[in-house]
Amino acid sequence: MIELSQVSRSFTVGDQQVAALRGIDLHIAAGDYVSIMGPSGSGKSTLLNLIGLLDRPSSGTYKLDGGDVTALDDVQQARVRSEKIGFVFQAFHLVPRLTAAMNIELPMMLAGIPPEERKQRVAKLVENYGLKDRADHRPDQLSGGQRQRVAIARATSMNPAVLLADEPTGNLDQTTGKEVMHLLEALLEQNVALIMVTHDPTLGERAHRQIHMVDGQIISETGRSK
Amino acid sequence: MRLTDVAQFAISSLRGSPARTLLMMLAMSIGVAAVVVLTALGEGARRYVVDQFSSLGTNLVIVLPGRTETAGIGPGLMSGQTPRDITLDDAEALLRSRSIKTVAPLTVGSATLSRGALNREVVVAGSTASLLDVRHMSIGLGKFLPPGDIHESASVCVLGSEMKRELFGNEQAVGQWVRLGDRRFRVIGVLASQGESMGMRTDELVIIPVASAHQLFNTNGLFRVLIEAKSRDTIEQARHDAEAIMLQRHSGEKDVTVITQDAVLATFDRILTALTMAVGGIAAISLAVAGVLIMNVMLIAVAQRVKEIGLLKALGAPGKQIRALFFAEAALLSGIGSVVGLILGYAGSIVIRQIYPVLPASPPWWAVLAACGTALSTGILFSVWPARRAARLDPVAALAGR
Repeated sequence: MIELSQVSRSFTVGDQQVAALRGIDLHIAAGDYVSIMGPSGSGKSTLLNLIGLLDRPSSGTYKLDGGDVTALDDVQQARVRSEKIGFVFQAFHLVPRLTAAMNIELPMMLAGIPPEERKQRVAKLVENYGLKDRADHRPDQLSGGQRQRVAIARATSMNPAVLLADEPTGNLDQTTGKEVMHLLEALLEQNVALIMVTHDPTLGERAHRQIHMVDGQIISETGRSK
Repeated sequence: MRLTDVAQFAISSLRGSPARTLLMMLAMSIGVAAVVVLTALGEGARRYVVDQFSSLGTNLVIVLPGRTETAGIGPGLMSGQTPRDITLDDAEALLRSRSIKTVAPLTVGSATLSRGALNREVVVAGSTASLLDVRHMSIGLGKFLPPGDIHESASVCVLGSEMKRELFGNEQAVGQWVRLGDRRFRVIGVLASQGESMGMRTDELVIIPVASAHQLFNTNGLFRVLIEAKSRDTIEQARHDAEAIMLQRHSGEKDVTVITQDAVLATFDRILTALTMAVGGIAAISLAVAGVLIMNVMLIAVAQRVKEIGLLKALGAPGKQIRALFFAEAALLSGIGSVVGLILGYAGSIVIRQIYPVLPASPPWWAVLAACGTALSTGILFSVWPARRAARLDPVAALAGR
């Protein structure tokens, strides 16, 4: 489903070219559970952003569901993000002035889904993620675990094919972190490809495939595709 | 994204920072209110002048002696001639025109009015019975000048209400005799109090038959001939006829000037409308200032909400959607600001009308439209840059808060 071939990404810092990714080849199938590990600055977040279409490769091709997505324009890429990709961030990134339910509704609202259908889907998500009595609370009235549950509910509201998680438990204590991981892993049953960036080895080992990166290159890959 | 959702999202972000929203709306509404109040004042002044003119009489055409040339020296002066007088016969001849309803000749001078030991200098108007209708005057007590032969110099007079009060106090005036210059006149009527109209105080006037005035002032020439045209449409025809008749009677010499009240009125109307527009334009500058303020605050909002913009992009919002959200916010701000400004402006004009009842201060419709239009367009125009800046943000950097 995800095919990266010879993907590189370099940034210009001052008058120097810094390569964040060099010649990455990566295939990820639907329902895969992949963790990307490596020291900071190894390019793992850049890789995740590229897969999430938030960034464009300097060279190489990226095919999603068989189609080359690097050539798409801003509007088309936004559409792909909206329909196929969900994000879960370390810092949750909830809109502070909107309630939990409205935060979950946001991607559907941006996609122009009719209000009645949105209401139904939000109600179901709120139920599934155990947020029923917190739905009308704003993010600052929620605990860290609850916030990340809202973020996961939001990420899955458009039924994406790929879920990208950047240090999803980084701001949580161990117990709530585990809870959040269980919620994310439950999505694998729906054939969602889960790609997680972490530098916590115990967390990374939970994934079926572990990719280790150093200096913008994949140095080892353990486990195997589903 | 649906339009209602765009609006709702914009409202939620406006409510998210109430102080900022309130201040921006205040700036907008002060601008709009300023335009409304100032144009209301200008419009009030214009209507005051127009009202004053129409109180002089309607469908009025005025004949005055002498040729008023707009450039150079008139032919009369070149040949050493003085313009010929307009005589009573000239005035009567004007009635030949079918477009002319009535004619009121007018001779004006000043004389000493006395009754017993009381005397004072007054403005004396010599005219005929038609003056009452032509000048829209009304009689308070007794009768106006009797209709009849224009050349008959009856010794009767009509006093302005102020004159009557000064000479007679609360006594009966009608039927009494007063002295005007060296002649005695019997008071046959008193004008109703009218106040001032175009600087001429009818309350302090004494009106006598035009032939008596000519004797009193030892003259044959009229000061003015006031003509009332049959209708508004025949004013131009009446003016034309008056000119033709006068030309014919003065052996082909153009030595009178005929003006229409409409022409004078139109000139004043134009001047005062231009003035109102100028004042409105000056006030509109404050709207532009409010627009700059909106731009400034929107730029700050973009900077403050960088993470949110990054998130919206990650959730699948293309740049144009983010632009639309910021546009909607600016449009809402200036829209609500204009409505509040309109309310303030109308309230202000009502207060002005309360304080100066003579000034019919109400904003003209075009000023209201222009004020709202300027407010909305500056609000939206000045949000173009902040909205574009938001739409162009790099999502990765934005999410990291950079």
